[in-house]
Amino acid sequence: MGGRPVTLHARLIVERPRFRLDIELTVAAGQVLALLGPNGAGKTTALRAMAGLTPLTDGRIYLDGGPLHTMPVEERPIGVVFQDYLLFPHLSALDNVAFGPRCQGAAKAAARRTAGEWLERVGLAEHAAARPRQLSGGQAQRVALARALAVHPRLLLLDEPLAALDAHTRLSVRSQLRRHLSDFDGATVLVTHDPLEAMVLADRLVVIEDGTVAQEGTPGQVARRPRTDYVARLVGLNLYRGTADGDGVTVDGVEFSVAEHLRGQVFVAFPPSAVALYRTRPDGTPRNLWRARIEGMERHGDNVRVHLGGPIAAGADITPAAVADLGLSPGQDVWAGVKATETHAYPA
Amino acid sequence: MLIVPALLGLAFLVLPLAGLLARAPWSTMPRRLAQPEVLEALRLSLLTATVATVLCLLLGVPLAWLLARVAFPGRRLVRALVTIPLVLPPVVGGVALLLALGRRGLAGQWPAETFGVSLPFTTAAVVVAEAFVAMPFLVISVEGALRGADDRFEEAAATLGASRWTIFRRVTVPLVLPGIVAGGVLCWARALGEFGATITFAGNFPGVTRTMPLAVYLAMETDPESAIVLSLILLVVSVAILAGLRDRWVAAP
Repeated sequence: MGGRPVTLHARLIVERPRFRLDIELTVAAGQVLALLGPNGAGKTTALRAMAGLTPLTDGRIYLDGGPLHTMPVEERPIGVVFQDYLLFPHLSALDNVAFGPRCQGAAKAAARRTAGEWLERVGLAEHAAARPRQLSGGQAQRVALARALAVHPRLLLLDEPLAALDAHTRLSVRSQLRRHLSDFDGATVLVTHDPLEAMVLADRLVVIEDGTVAQEGTPGQVARRPRTDYVARLVGLNLYRGTADGDGVTVDGVEFSVAEHLRGQVFVAFPPSAVALYRTRPDGTPRNLWRARIEGMERHGDNVRVHLGGPIAAGADITPAAVADLGLSPGQDVWAGVKATETHAYPA
Repeated sequence: MLIVPALLGLAFLVLPLAGLLARAPWSTMPRRLAQPEVLEALRLSLLTATVATVLCLLLGVPLAWLLARVAFPGRRLVRALVTIPLVLPPVVGGVALLLALGRRGLAGQWPAETFGVSLPFTTAAVVVAEAFVAMPFLVISVEGALRGADDRFEEAAATLGASRWTIFRRVTVPLVLPGIVAGGVLCWARALGEFGATITFAGNFPGVTRTMPLAVYLAMETDPESAIVLSLILLVVSVAILAGLRDRWVAAP
């Protein structure tokens, strides 16, 4: 154990009435993989399958070359941090952390000593005697992490580790979690529906939709080149599928000029901040310009997010001053244009 | 509209107890309490009810766990079987115990012939009769507590490397302890009051199988005042123990 490179290879197939999960995952030693997806996509099912809490219909899980899927839960070298932590309410924080080492055969005193070290590492040494209900959300999260790591897992599984925290606590707990994850030398799989959490904590993202892998890559790749509407919404881009002819892309009758030279089926993506709105048709190139109808407007940070209908649906972020100058209101027809330099195309 | 029947119900439950207190022979009470038969019956009742409760806990908690946590074919049938002693008239239970564990019974014949050991009409038989009648109370109560408990704590324990036995011992039982205690108290109270199955299966021998309820029944025929005293003792002991435990464990949330 310890220090040896761990790699997880898993093909997870879980069939239920009206739901099928079928994904393939690879995680290298020391790497953090985030499973990102909407509710009901199968993220938690995938995590439970790796832990052995949900039986696989088919597939296999190999950790470090050895099969994991044939082992019962209690023999798998895993650590799990559950969404609501599931700290044993009748045990102190110390005994919660000591529970795993005890089960692995450590004597009571040794297990409690190990647990004390872990609590110290997560900065909770002075709360060792506290019952879970006396801990704050952030403290409970750290106890849960210490409990999962105290069994020296080779695979760490985290289910929405920050979802139960309020926004303020989440920020500090997230940076601590990031530090502990980078110290951990095994493979980590993290389930989340929060793209920011995934981007900050993970080395690689796997986006799951409807039980299958919709996209995977580094956070940067996924953020720059979304391949599904869900991912595009997560990272805040307008995303379209179109046909490229070398120096332009046609999306539902709207022509975009892009920097990339591509042919065939492509994705086109641009941020809402790159969209400009006009009352009258601006002069110049007919490209990157289309007639749109304002379907809705809402406050979005310092700007106003304008939802556009028409040949293509798009979001546009413009300043409140521009909204006033242009006299924009829902139901109005406007011209929408997007800067070519901020429009990216990539193969579909 | 509801107050009148509610008060009637209360009166119905309290009036017999008042009758008991009103007719109690207070002047001769100390002398009667000190009678060796009374103390003998009380001792026997407390002993057998407690041993029966321990027996029910040892067998009933795992049975409740089986019914609540393990999916197996015929579980509904087993659950129905468990509750039979609850609806069976206790005298019929006693007859059934005789037919099963008696000298010529299904399971009683072999030990009787091989070792000359016979269960009926012994103190052990009292315990068996009481446990038979009282165990469903415990099983139902503990099974309910187990069903209400979040079994994901048990999953969390499994991911930490705990075996099924360790999970049961260190997670499941502590989590449902209030339910187990409540079930144990119900079970104990039922065992303490057991009459029908005891007199049928264990008989009515002073010092051996004559528990308080049997002594009360017998005294009613010969010395009603003595029956009142015995009843009062049984009442006081039950109420004291239930009240003592209620505040700590059985209190409604």
